[in-house]
Amino acid sequence: MKWEVVIGLETHAQLSTVSKIFSGAATAFGAAPNTQACGVDIALPGVLPVLNTGAVERAIRFGLAVGGKINPRSIFARKNYFYPDLPKGYQISQYELPIVEGGRVTIQVGDIEKTVQLTRAHLEEDAGKSLHEDFRGQTGIDLNRAGTPLLEIVTEPDMRSAEEAVAYARALHTLVRWIDVCDGNMQEGSFRCDANVSVRPAGSTTLGTRREIKNLNSFRFLQQAIEYEVRWQIGEIEDGRKIQQATVLFDPDTGETRMMRTKEDAHDYRYFPDPDLLPLEVTAERLEAVRAAMPVLPQARREHFAVQFGLTPYDAGLLTASRELADYFDATASGADARTGKLCANWISGALSARLNEEGLDISQSRVTALQLRGLIDRIADGTISGKIAKDVFDAIWIGEGDADQIITAKGLKQISDSGELEKIVDQVLAANAQQVADFRAGKEKAFNSLVGQVMKASRGKANPQQVNDILRRKLAG
Amino acid sequence: MSNATLKELSVQLAAGACSSVELSRDFINKINNLNKVLGCFITVDTERTLAQAKSADAQRAAGRAGPLTGVPLAHKDIFCAKNWLTTCGSRMLANFVAPYDAHVVERCDAAGMVTLGKTNMDEFAMGSSNETSYFGPVRNPWNRDVVPGGSSGGSAAAVAARLAPAATGTDTGGSIRQPAALTGICGLKPTYGVVSRYGMIAFASSLDQAGPMARSAEDLGMLLNVMAGHDPRDSTSLERPAEDYNRSLEKPLLGLRIGLPREFFAAGLTPDVQRAVEAAVAEYKKLGATVVDISLPNMELSVPVYYVLAPAEASSNLSRFDGVRYGHRAAEYTDLMDMYKRSRAEGFGAEVKRRILIGTYVLSHGYYDAYYIRAQKLRRLIAGDFVQAFKQCDVIMGPTSPTTAFKLGEKSADPVQMYLSDIYTIAVNLAGLPGMSIPCGFDGGGLPVGLQIIGNYFDEAGMLNVAHQYQLVTDWHQHAPKGIA
Repeated sequence: MKWEVVIGLETHAQLSTVSKIFSGAATAFGAAPNTQACGVDIALPGVLPVLNTGAVERAIRFGLAVGGKINPRSIFARKNYFYPDLPKGYQISQYELPIVEGGRVTIQVGDIEKTVQLTRAHLEEDAGKSLHEDFRGQTGIDLNRAGTPLLEIVTEPDMRSAEEAVAYARALHTLVRWIDVCDGNMQEGSFRCDANVSVRPAGSTTLGTRREIKNLNSFRFLQQAIEYEVRWQIGEIEDGRKIQQATVLFDPDTGETRMMRTKEDAHDYRYFPDPDLLPLEVTAERLEAVRAAMPVLPQARREHFAVQFGLTPYDAGLLTASRELADYFDATASGADARTGKLCANWISGALSARLNEEGLDISQSRVTALQLRGLIDRIADGTISGKIAKDVFDAIWIGEGDADQIITAKGLKQISDSGELEKIVDQVLAANAQQVADFRAGKEKAFNSLVGQVMKASRGKANPQQVNDILRRKLAG
Repeated sequence: MSNATLKELSVQLAAGACSSVELSRDFINKINNLNKVLGCFITVDTERTLAQAKSADAQRAAGRAGPLTGVPLAHKDIFCAKNWLTTCGSRMLANFVAPYDAHVVERCDAAGMVTLGKTNMDEFAMGSSNETSYFGPVRNPWNRDVVPGGSSGGSAAAVAARLAPAATGTDTGGSIRQPAALTGICGLKPTYGVVSRYGMIAFASSLDQAGPMARSAEDLGMLLNVMAGHDPRDSTSLERPAEDYNRSLEKPLLGLRIGLPREFFAAGLTPDVQRAVEAAVAEYKKLGATVVDISLPNMELSVPVYYVLAPAEASSNLSRFDGVRYGHRAAEYTDLMDMYKRSRAEGFGAEVKRRILIGTYVLSHGYYDAYYIRAQKLRRLIAGDFVQAFKQCDVIMGPTSPTTAFKLGEKSADPVQMYLSDIYTIAVNLAGLPGMSIPCGFDGGGLPVGLQIIGNYFDEAGMLNVAHQYQLVTDWHQHAPKGIA
């Protein structure tokens, strides 16, 4: 039987506010345990929550970015359950009326573009952390994370493969960083996904029973977990067993998912509106103020790059991996024609990205500025240097030897395009390599490349390769 | 001196007739003499009190005294006060020393007032007789066999017994007004949002409101002037311009329209209380007021609505008392769940447990719509009744409580009888309106009767005017229990 996979994702994006969602304590990662937990976070008797407007602003920004509806009035509710890292005994979250409803995220899998519909995005607070490993027979509680603002982003069950789920998660990850609502740091838990996975016979329109894989904090784990889960569910059904609704955990060491709890032992969270907080009102003025400050979104930038420079969707996608990268490309390709623009794209996605990767830097830390890179590309475009020499010039710029023109002059790297000079070099090479000339004439095409190499070497790489080709062909044919 | 009102003490301190240290020592001596029998205070700390009094005197000597600088008062033990034991009347918090000040405490301190101690109360403010306190009952200064009412029973009895000239209280369903009535003092619950709830241990957040308890309307206004004010740390605290709640005390009452709700004078009201309240209304007529017959048709629903909503909020508010970070933790337990169960079973008393159970039940899946949602709808209807009523009158009057103070133990076995003690006060909390109680007579056994005055939203000054004019022509508020003054 052929099976169809159905996936919906719930993503917790930590909002990049300096202080917590309901208190003034800092949200910075990595502080000593319980040093960033104030009276509100540890739930002293008598303390009260006060909503951080920065978190609200970020939620609105997200809602606008995905084309969702920003509810003019949303409600904070209490989700009640007991756990030592949940100091109040309830989590403040939005339940019946979230701040954002609807919206969509466009993803690309291979050549296919697809839209994932969002159900909602709501504000809530994070819990603290239970440390089971560090204390023998006891559990340590670190409440630094308690009260950290989260935006929980929920999709419709729109994805049909692990690849699509990962593409969505990546697109969302790019987007939340793009609009500055989340730092996207997955190791620190700033961006984590729960995947609801079910399978059904291909062609069926009813949903299968789902299992929810909790807390996936890397794209690789997301992919592996879904793939395993899908295989497991299909295996169960094909062996005649029924899938039971459950919450499962992914173990990266075994690559398997294992059951945490079933629906039967699910909590009754006894949600009710939090009487300590007024309904969250978003006025039209406030909405407009946020809208006015919105950056141009990746989708629009991609389309713009494609139209202006004729970039492929793939290339445009690479350049919009982050807003900084797109800005860098824009600065590099400023005023360029399509050919130069394409060169800029290739250099950024190619040599520059490779170098940044090698050195573990991001685009904002690049040692070659957009202006310097453009200076280099202009010399390629006008034939002053070859692409090969350009790599050396790029390296020289990287280590701070100056701009392209300075380096080309200082090192005498200007391409030899003077045909008289080139012919002289070619003649010398032909004279010194009688054997290869004979080989070529005997039909060994390889010998031609070797001769080109010899000419390039003799010119110390400065010979215009196209011209060398032409002259050699002509002379050998003669 | 300890028989003087806030106003009189303010004048005496300003005139240099006494110092705050002398005054505070006087009250401390009385507390030391009487607290053993009355049980008004859970915590007194003479040294701390005298240090505060000394600093108030220094402030006055430096010419920086306000109207209440150096005047002592008592705080209900529901308010966190930095470095003070803050128990909320519960074993759960019997060892809890607050690391910060409630907004109310902060304001009183800033006004130069001197804290005499923390007063006894029903556990987590759940009760109408002060019998649910882990620290033992409070006895009524008028008769030590009867209760002082609750939950602010310690504050009420302390003021009635002249152990403090004034005290703070909190009122979720009548917890300021009912004990004020039962101990023959004055108490005011402001409009919801006028006094910050920050640092006040939550019982039912949408109903809780702090207010002053004292011996005259004028004193209430003086203390409310200190307690009220916007606090950004409480999202439900209202941003309003500061006002002097005593600004219209002297306004004559000619033309005042008093609404008397039929429902306040129906079955269940004891004859002595009815007589005293009717006499008070007659007094108001003499002052030029007219009486309007009004109806609050949904009032009879207020007790059941309250006993859905208040426990619902309480069940969640009290979840933080889990023995993990502070408060009572069982000495022995086998695992996490066992620790929760034992700590909470040992830390909470029977009434608190009853309400947590009720609250958990009404919020549960499958019951939420039938109880919680329904109760919220009815709450709006009850509030709507008052809106209609205030189109016909300026204030509403009636009894504060259907009976005078009852015997210790008389109702503690029957929660419904106990809950009915607040039948006239609860609707005011559900509507978020201001309400107060002032003494208006005594029953045949010599126990005080309270007159309830309910004002429109933010009309605290109007209510105080109405009460003050009555107190100018009557002396019920000046009576003291035998052997006290």
